[in-house]
Amino acid sequence: MFSFIARRVGLLIPTFFGITLLTFALIRLIPGDPVEVMMGERRVDPEMHAQAMERLGLNKPLYAQYIDYVGKLAHGDLGESLRTRTSVWSEFTSLFPATLELSIAALIFAGILGLLAGVIAALKRGSLFDHGVMGISLAGYSMPIFWWGLILIMFFSVSLGWTPVSGRIDLLYDIPPKTGFMLIDTLLSDEEGSFMDALRHLILPAIVLGTIPLAVIARMTRSSMLEVLREDYVRTARAKGLSPARVVFVHGLRNALIPVLTVFGLQVGTLLAGAVLTETIFSWPGIGKWLIEAIGARDYPVVQNGILLIACLVILVNFVVDILYGFANPRIRHQR
Amino acid sequence: MSLLNIKNLNVRFGDATATPVVDGLDLAVDKGEVLAIVGESGSGKSVTMMALMGLIEHPGIVTADALVFDGKDMLTLNARQRRKIVGKDMSMVFQDPMTALNPSYTVGFQIKEVLKQHLGLSGRAAHQRALELLQKVEIPGAAQRLDAYPHQLSGGMSQRVAIAMAIAGEPKLLIADEPTTALDVTIQAQIMDLLLALQKEQDMALVLITHDLAVVAETAQRVCVMYAGQAVEVGQVPGLFDVPAHPYSEALLAAIPEHSMGAARLSTLPGIVPGRYDRPSGCLLSPRCPYVQDKCRQQRPGLDPKAHSLARCFFPLNQEVA
Repeated sequence: MFSFIARRVGLLIPTFFGITLLTFALIRLIPGDPVEVMMGERRVDPEMHAQAMERLGLNKPLYAQYIDYVGKLAHGDLGESLRTRTSVWSEFTSLFPATLELSIAALIFAGILGLLAGVIAALKRGSLFDHGVMGISLAGYSMPIFWWGLILIMFFSVSLGWTPVSGRIDLLYDIPPKTGFMLIDTLLSDEEGSFMDALRHLILPAIVLGTIPLAVIARMTRSSMLEVLREDYVRTARAKGLSPARVVFVHGLRNALIPVLTVFGLQVGTLLAGAVLTETIFSWPGIGKWLIEAIGARDYPVVQNGILLIACLVILVNFVVDILYGFANPRIRHQR
Repeated sequence: MSLLNIKNLNVRFGDATATPVVDGLDLAVDKGEVLAIVGESGSGKSVTMMALMGLIEHPGIVTADALVFDGKDMLTLNARQRRKIVGKDMSMVFQDPMTALNPSYTVGFQIKEVLKQHLGLSGRAAHQRALELLQKVEIPGAAQRLDAYPHQLSGGMSQRVAIAMAIAGEPKLLIADEPTTALDVTIQAQIMDLLLALQKEQDMALVLITHDLAVVAETAQRVCVMYAGQAVEVGQVPGLFDVPAHPYSEALLAAIPEHSMGAARLSTLPGIVPGRYDRPSGCLLSPRCPYVQDKCRQQRPGLDPKAHSLARCFFPLNQEVA
């Protein structure tokens, strides 16, 4: 186990360098620079432009800028936003709970529904339900998120008026941010009805963001379950006279979950990528929307370090999943 | 009154017109009796017992005139009533112990599960009983083994655990489906000895599905020879082994290597078991039988009493009564 962890950590170092290099290069490949964006679309005075660029250290050759950047990183300095002059770290930490809340809601939605649909489809293999679930999940997987989000807003928010169009909570409410999770903060506050309002704001974006993971989990659960149900030990369980529910859930699902868990971890990356689009569509004040705006403003430090932080998160989650995997699967746990 | 009475059992996969995998099988097992079922792979041995246990799943179809176990007709019971019997009064040990145990749970969990389901034991009582069961199947260091996962056990150990699970409900009938086939030769004898010791000790009936005729000769009181889904000969062990009435039984016995001692080649029966699409209209063995006659090709014989056994043959062998 120790050497396993050591090897994984060893792999992180080149990964980090790769990410810094990539974000550094990509954001600079987009035409325009932060000063141009700040000064507006009309002609920029070349002298002022040069001054501003020098002040920001953007007049140096690229390799020098990169060394500066990595040097700062090595000291734990993530820099500050060119627009707001606040540190990238504090912006990230203040916005991240919103994204986390949305992602958790999406994962709960996708996990519960996906497992359920996958298990039932596997048990009723070849039935109308099975074909239906697999067809819908293929459609869900293939759907562009922004389009799907807009369709849902048009239908549920605009036509039916069931859910709000955007944001995390109605402007009527003044919720002091304690945990950063709106659902918890509204519960802690004494504003009546604010929790339900926050919940109504959360539903649609969570569904949109959870659609792709839902499709993946449902399909994965189904195929994994079908495989497990053919195993000898499932026959043994039935030969013990156990109830069908116990055979399916205790003996089947427990083993079928092992590959699903891996997919679940991989979905976290997809989820954060999806959050960028979902948050933009629903004006959800999280890191996705923050990054999009930063790219628009050529806010180099925010883009570089924001993406780096997200990448760290994805790596961390997959790392945790790998360890969880050991808990779910005794055959791995006992390997050295 | 026998413990188990099977009359005209048919198992098909697909629809009612599909070729039966088990074809009109009659079989009875007495209390405390050891019955061996022998036959080639695909002759329907396992499927028969799976049908009895209610383990045949869609698209399998099980029909029978009677499937009476311990006075209850298994076919008329509903699923809940059947589950009260299966795993308790009637239980089964399978062929490959390495895959028969659930890899995600400890040995103790899997044994206690049976104790809870059928005897309502839990907590300390279940733990104590599980420990006793492991000791009964002669697992060394039983207390530690309760917390072991199946992948930490050898094949022989796993089979002992599977046997412990099967006898947890003190069954009246234990079905062992080729329990030693997947094991090392040295372990095979140990597992057989264990099964027979348990059978005597608990006075349970044992149905032993096997390829190993030497084991049958040593252990079983009666033997049922199956071919292509039918019982072709059923008889007492010494009798059937000495004077087989059915040509197929004779061929099986002749194929034991010891019987071909000194010969250049092992005695074999040419041809293969008829499949779905080439079942002969007469006796199922007729294309392979060395004694075949015209009648055999036209009519199918029934399982009728012969001099020493029941056999499905128009022209049985060894009929002179000593």
